[in-house]
Amino acid sequence: MKAITNYIRSLFLFELLKGLSVTGSYFFARKFTLQYPEQKAPVSPRFRGLHALRRYPNGEERCIACKLCEAVCPALAITIEAEPRDDGSRRTTRYDIDLFKCIYCGFCEESCPVDSIVETRIYEYHFENRGEQIMTKQMLLDIGDKYEKQLAADRAVQANVR
Amino acid sequence: MDAVIELWTALPVVIQIMIKIVTIMLPLMILVAYYTYAERKIIGYMQVRMGPNRVGFFGMRLWGLGQPIADAVKLMFKEIVVPSGANKLLFLIAPMLSIGPALAAWAVFPFNAGLVLADVNAGLLYILAMTSLGVYGVIIAGWASNSKYASLGAMRSAAQIVSYEIAMGFALVGVLVAAGSLNLGDIVAAQQGSVFHWFWLPLMPLFLIYFISGVAETNRAPFDVAEGESEIVAGFHVEYSGMTFAVFFLAEYANMILISALSALMFLGGWLSPLPEAWVDGVFLLDHGFHWLLIKTFFFMFLFLWFRATFPRYRYDQIMRLGWKVFIPITIVWIVVVAVMKVTAMPWWFN
Repeated sequence: MKAITNYIRSLFLFELLKGLSVTGSYFFARKFTLQYPEQKAPVSPRFRGLHALRRYPNGEERCIACKLCEAVCPALAITIEAEPRDDGSRRTTRYDIDLFKCIYCGFCEESCPVDSIVETRIYEYHFENRGEQIMTKQMLLDIGDKYEKQLAADRAVQANVR
Repeated sequence: MDAVIELWTALPVVIQIMIKIVTIMLPLMILVAYYTYAERKIIGYMQVRMGPNRVGFFGMRLWGLGQPIADAVKLMFKEIVVPSGANKLLFLIAPMLSIGPALAAWAVFPFNAGLVLADVNAGLLYILAMTSLGVYGVIIAGWASNSKYASLGAMRSAAQIVSYEIAMGFALVGVLVAAGSLNLGDIVAAQQGSVFHWFWLPLMPLFLIYFISGVAETNRAPFDVAEGESEIVAGFHVEYSGMTFAVFFLAEYANMILISALSALMFLGGWLSPLPEAWVDGVFLLDHGFHWLLIKTFFFMFLFLWFRATFPRYRYDQIMRLGWKVFIPITIVWIVVVAVMKVTAMPWWFN
């Protein structure tokens, strides 16, 4: 009996019509596509994009050259050189991140005792020549200055879980 | 009007024929181009995507309507690579052999009552012959490419086309018995009446088998083992690039349109209006006309895309089983049924 019903079902293409009805109903469904350059996906406050070095509100750079980020970096992407400044405080003279080596794990941000090195929400950037992938201290500070408001707000949202 | 007719008859016959060919070919080629666009758009929509929507005209997007033009221009400017060890003559002839029959079949195709390039009495036979010829293009392409993927694809395709040819031919025998004529115009005329007089009702199994065999004939999903990209890359046309590839592509889509148009003609009454004769006489757009044929053809063309978006590829032995052990027996039985209906002049359809 079961064989007969199976035979009739396959002869009248029952399953195939069912499949067609599924694709047919999706034909009219709302599309998930995001029109990328015009529309963008929402970004989490925890997003790990391009790096930045932050400053204190009084304009003093936060980084104290403890080199924890350099030590924790699994990809050895960070290079730091430091010496005492004229007023006697420890500051970096060089802070380079090689973005080709960087794996955007965020360990540098987590290890930083003064919230200096952070990863921003920026994910659209490119290099046109070799060498441009090295982010120098000045470039990182500039990014930090430009996005300080966003960075501070994101850190405030995350304050209770960090 | 008379002056136009005079001018027309004054033209040399060769020019007349050329103009006639162009008036059929040009809209067909544009239809093929936009069929590829419709395919990407419709399948995209069924996969909850948007499909091409960037390339437009004059800086406007226009839902990506410029895409087929861009594709065509790209293919035209690409290099035609002839593989080493390939038979150059056959390699270049194969795409032509493939598109030639696909276009030649339109010669006997009636677009409206009396509107046909060649009113041949054996039109159906001619169409069967032409659609079968397409397989030579595939086989020669596969062999001339000097590539194992290409020859595997060609062999699969040849076996498949030959098997489904039989079921298709039998389905058409049913039509010819029902209509009592091989002339395509007469076949449509025999379906006069309303939507319930068309042959799709008395010939339902043949209708389904004809269309499914048509899908298999054109090597479209779910019968696309001939080019199954996950198994043999692209089948018979792996080695083709640029315009030679584009010609294969054109042939495939022209064939799909042909099969759709023929299904509309032979089972859905061609240019006949679906409403009863008495209602439509002389009423604008409801009356019989080319637009009905167009609508019916578009319906079948949409089915091709719908199938492709829905069904996974058949396994090779299942294709053969379906063709030989399901379709051919059903068609043979139904031809007898049709013959009995015809002989007993069954009321409604055959009286």
